[in-house]
Amino acid sequence: MEQFRITEHPILEVPELEMIGFYFNGKYLEARKGEMISSALIANGIDVFGHHHKDASAQGIFCANGQCAKCTVIANGVAVKSCMTEVRENMIVQSAEGLPVLPEDVEPIEFHPLKELACDVLIIGGGPAGISAAIELGKQGIETLLIDDKNRLGGKLVLQTHKFFGSEEDSRAGTRGHHIGEILAKELSTYWYVCTWLNSTALFVFSDQKVGILKDGIYRLVSPKRILNAAGAREKFLKFPGNKLARIYGAGAFQTLVNRDLVRPTRRLFIIGGGNVGLIAAYHALQAGIEVVGLAEAMPSCGGYKVHADKLQRFGVPIYTSHSIQSANGDETVESITIVQVNDKFEPVDGTQKSFACDTILIAVGLDSLSEFTLEAEAAGIPVDSAGDALEIAEASSAMFNGKIAGLKIAKAIKGDSVEDIPQSWYAKAEVLKAHPGAIKSYQDIDENKESVFPVIHCLQEIPCNPCTTVCPTKSINTEDGSLMALPRYTGKCIGCGKCLLICPGLAITLVDYRKDRDNPTVTIAYEIMNMAVKTGDQRELCDIEAKSLGSFEVTQVQDFPKQQMQLVRFRVPAAIAKQVAGFRVQEQSVSAAMERTVIIEQTPDDAMICLCERVTVGQVRQLIRKGINDLNQIKAITRAGMGPCGAKTCEVLIKSLLREEGIPVTDVVPNTKRPVFIEVPLAKFPDGGEA
Amino acid sequence: MKNYDVIIIGAGSIGVPTAMYLAEKKMKVLVLDGEHGPGQQNNKKAIGGIRATHSDFGKISVCLRSIEILKNWQEERGDDIGWMSNGYSYPAYNKEDADTLKALMKIQLGFGLNIKWLSPEEYNEIVPGINMDGLLGSTYSEEDGSCSPLLTSSSLYFHALKAGVEFHFQEQVTGFETQGNRIMKVLTTRDSYSCSMVVNAAGNHARDIGMLLGLDIPVFPDNHEAGITEPVARFFGPMVIDMRKEPGSANFYFYQNNEGQVVFCITPDPAILGIDNRSTSEFLPLCSKRMLKVYPRLRYLKVRRTWRGQYPMTPDGFPIVGRIQEVENMIQGVGMCGQGFMLGPGMGELISRICTDSLSSDDQRILQSFDPYRDFSGEEKFK
Repeated sequence: MEQFRITEHPILEVPELEMIGFYFNGKYLEARKGEMISSALIANGIDVFGHHHKDASAQGIFCANGQCAKCTVIANGVAVKSCMTEVRENMIVQSAEGLPVLPEDVEPIEFHPLKELACDVLIIGGGPAGISAAIELGKQGIETLLIDDKNRLGGKLVLQTHKFFGSEEDSRAGTRGHHIGEILAKELSTYWYVCTWLNSTALFVFSDQKVGILKDGIYRLVSPKRILNAAGAREKFLKFPGNKLARIYGAGAFQTLVNRDLVRPTRRLFIIGGGNVGLIAAYHALQAGIEVVGLAEAMPSCGGYKVHADKLQRFGVPIYTSHSIQSANGDETVESITIVQVNDKFEPVDGTQKSFACDTILIAVGLDSLSEFTLEAEAAGIPVDSAGDALEIAEASSAMFNGKIAGLKIAKAIKGDSVEDIPQSWYAKAEVLKAHPGAIKSYQDIDENKESVFPVIHCLQEIPCNPCTTVCPTKSINTEDGSLMALPRYTGKCIGCGKCLLICPGLAITLVDYRKDRDNPTVTIAYEIMNMAVKTGDQRELCDIEAKSLGSFEVTQVQDFPKQQMQLVRFRVPAAIAKQVAGFRVQEQSVSAAMERTVIIEQTPDDAMICLCERVTVGQVRQLIRKGINDLNQIKAITRAGMGPCGAKTCEVLIKSLLREEGIPVTDVVPNTKRPVFIEVPLAKFPDGGEA
Repeated sequence: MKNYDVIIIGAGSIGVPTAMYLAEKKMKVLVLDGEHGPGQQNNKKAIGGIRATHSDFGKISVCLRSIEILKNWQEERGDDIGWMSNGYSYPAYNKEDADTLKALMKIQLGFGLNIKWLSPEEYNEIVPGINMDGLLGSTYSEEDGSCSPLLTSSSLYFHALKAGVEFHFQEQVTGFETQGNRIMKVLTTRDSYSCSMVVNAAGNHARDIGMLLGLDIPVFPDNHEAGITEPVARFFGPMVIDMRKEPGSANFYFYQNNEGQVVFCITPDPAILGIDNRSTSEFLPLCSKRMLKVYPRLRYLKVRRTWRGQYPMTPDGFPIVGRIQEVENMIQGVGMCGQGFMLGPGMGELISRICTDSLSSDDQRILQSFDPYRDFSGEEKFK
């Protein structure tokens, strides 16, 4: 039977698969040993895991992170979250149809005393910020407990197959994210004072200054003197008709499935949101051999880095700016998407609808800092700091740096003056690293009559990134004013080594070489989607920075750089277009063709779900808002929005946006009261601190 | 100057139904509350159980009326509040408890309540998988029930609005203007209002309101924690109350609500006085251990949320309801001792009859149980 697995990947190592057998709804299937049930099902082409008890609509993977319960299945008789439960040999898995039946297991339970421990610092979250902070605390000899809910350190770095922006010195720019995660984890392991708990989820910071943690399925209480919240962020969702269909989820879930679990959850993907998260997800999809039908962004331009957006368009993924999703169409799962142009007030412009056939829609419309642990610690009176996305949404390069600052700051608070002062320059650097993209400028004017070989830098938007300047052996690339944010410019003396091409995370440098032929120079382009192979002799459509076609040309050479997991692809082109060439198309144009007939479904925006867990519609909440209710607690009491398994993690933001739409100022809105526990946990976990 | 027939302090389990019944009698009513909306203090923290099987005429009568109102609510008022006649049960695991329960049953039967004693086997049929080890039997009162406190309080609120009640939220009472032993005006953080009558339904803050008038109303909140699980297909019937005292807790109880979720609550021992809504690390281990001991089948049930609230307790465990001598136009409706939700509808109707001087002889007898001037030395046996 066909398995939807990624068997070759240009960047990630695909391990030998050890297969085991299990059953889904009576059917024998194969799973990879050690994988989660959800990934085993997806690998077997199953994307509907059950049907909701309220409206019998299909449910499947959503967060892939244990936060919601949409992926619930019945495994050996017990309702479990399939994304957090490992598949076992001969496991009997059934789809969750309606409310699960509690197993009739009445054996008495033996209880062990609950284990408690104390530490100086508890760091919640082992991503770039948490590890960086832990390293600083480790250096200072401070007893630190670092917890992470995954089975390895690195947080979202683990999922990042692209090279990082930033500077080499401060944030390992030019190195791939998943390698940075490994490097950081290795460095951390040399500090004995830092204890790391993997598979450990913080459930709540209680008023008696104890933190409840579920470690490897066993409940423990930890009393820290200080807490660092480095728990990251959560993705925002959108309210649109059809948003309850299975196969609509966030970019984080997608990256987990594709880059961690190496399964292929989709053949044809459409992405909503042109921030870096959406742009990178599209790139990851291409690397995983998935067709990216298109990407829509409501703003007039993408919020993510221009080099990312340009790169995608050159590869053949259309980006629809000033477009929003009108509806997801399908019976149980996504079958197509309808997008619509929006005006400057973000209102849909009728008649501009376009539909595309796709089987999955990713929602990548921004992140919200995960603030609950900070608020809980404050309420409990435990000194607390935040770092990384939990502090402020920014790139991982920034998270590493402000994690380092937070670690040192906490060390200083504990040990006083014996800890060195944090240099003022660090704060300035932290500011730069988290900076949003700046001005877009024009190409540098290079006189090709005077140069025989030179780089063309297609990086025209100010972003905090400079590895091209540090890698150049002749120091011929420098930013305009020497700062990290300014644009890199070529200043002469190129030797044609190609190092800048290989290190640029945006694949935004080409090399024009006139040394062999004055009329038909060679243009070199960096490439890293080797699953879509390019060979010498192939005809490829070359394009300029914004994907405008420059005609078809023959590949003259493909040079492998295994260490960098890159290729340099060469073409000979007429001198007139040499400087314009920025890349070549890899995805067929037919992939992104719109459907002949636009799909308009009968649902209105009020039919969209605002709370997926409890199946509450936008219309139900809008009606209450119009009755004058602006208290999320009261909306919850009446509709149950926010009372489901995810704990208002998805709907709170949507309800707030609806209140804004209805003209209620944010300051008047009464937020939800946050209560334990962070994720749902079986009752039997709490009394017992014994070994499972 | 704004003038009202009745001003009710507190939009909780007592204040809202009282307001609704008064307005439906064409009284002009204002409800003042410091929170953002109705039922936002302890009303919403109720777990939803409603029983008439108490130990004295007052509570039994008021709750019987509450049950009647809530059971027929959807039919009469149109809103689904999730009513279920799922019953209450008090399993006994020792002779002493069995004797206490059986003695009480005699009183309850005397008041005409439908309550019976089930053998362990019979009990296992309605709570399948209950720990039978040492089980001597259980009471079962099948006409008791439950409904959603959130839906109920919302529905009451909307019906109160419909009847013309004015609600002022985020507005606290700061004092009173009196003449002789009459309140002339109620002063608040925003305004002042004149009125003929004032009902104190201030829950946790009942005593503070009294103090503004120089009264000492013995209502002292203590803390309780509760939790709710994921929903599962219905697997047991009644509220289960384990009245055994163990280190850390006096008793605990749980039931499966109309959504299929198991709601549970524990009574800390010794009591934790004061108002602190922050959750402690002790509740979940303590309560889950006790629950799993009596009902191991709950082991896989996932806990979704927990919360903490208060029981506004009186020294003897009975509410304080009625007119007072010191202030002739003030009526107390306080000290519900954690039973505000179940007493609310019946009590609201009763208080509305106090306000309109239309008490029946049964009402008079009920109010004896809640007399503000009683000797508080007794103790409610069956809290």
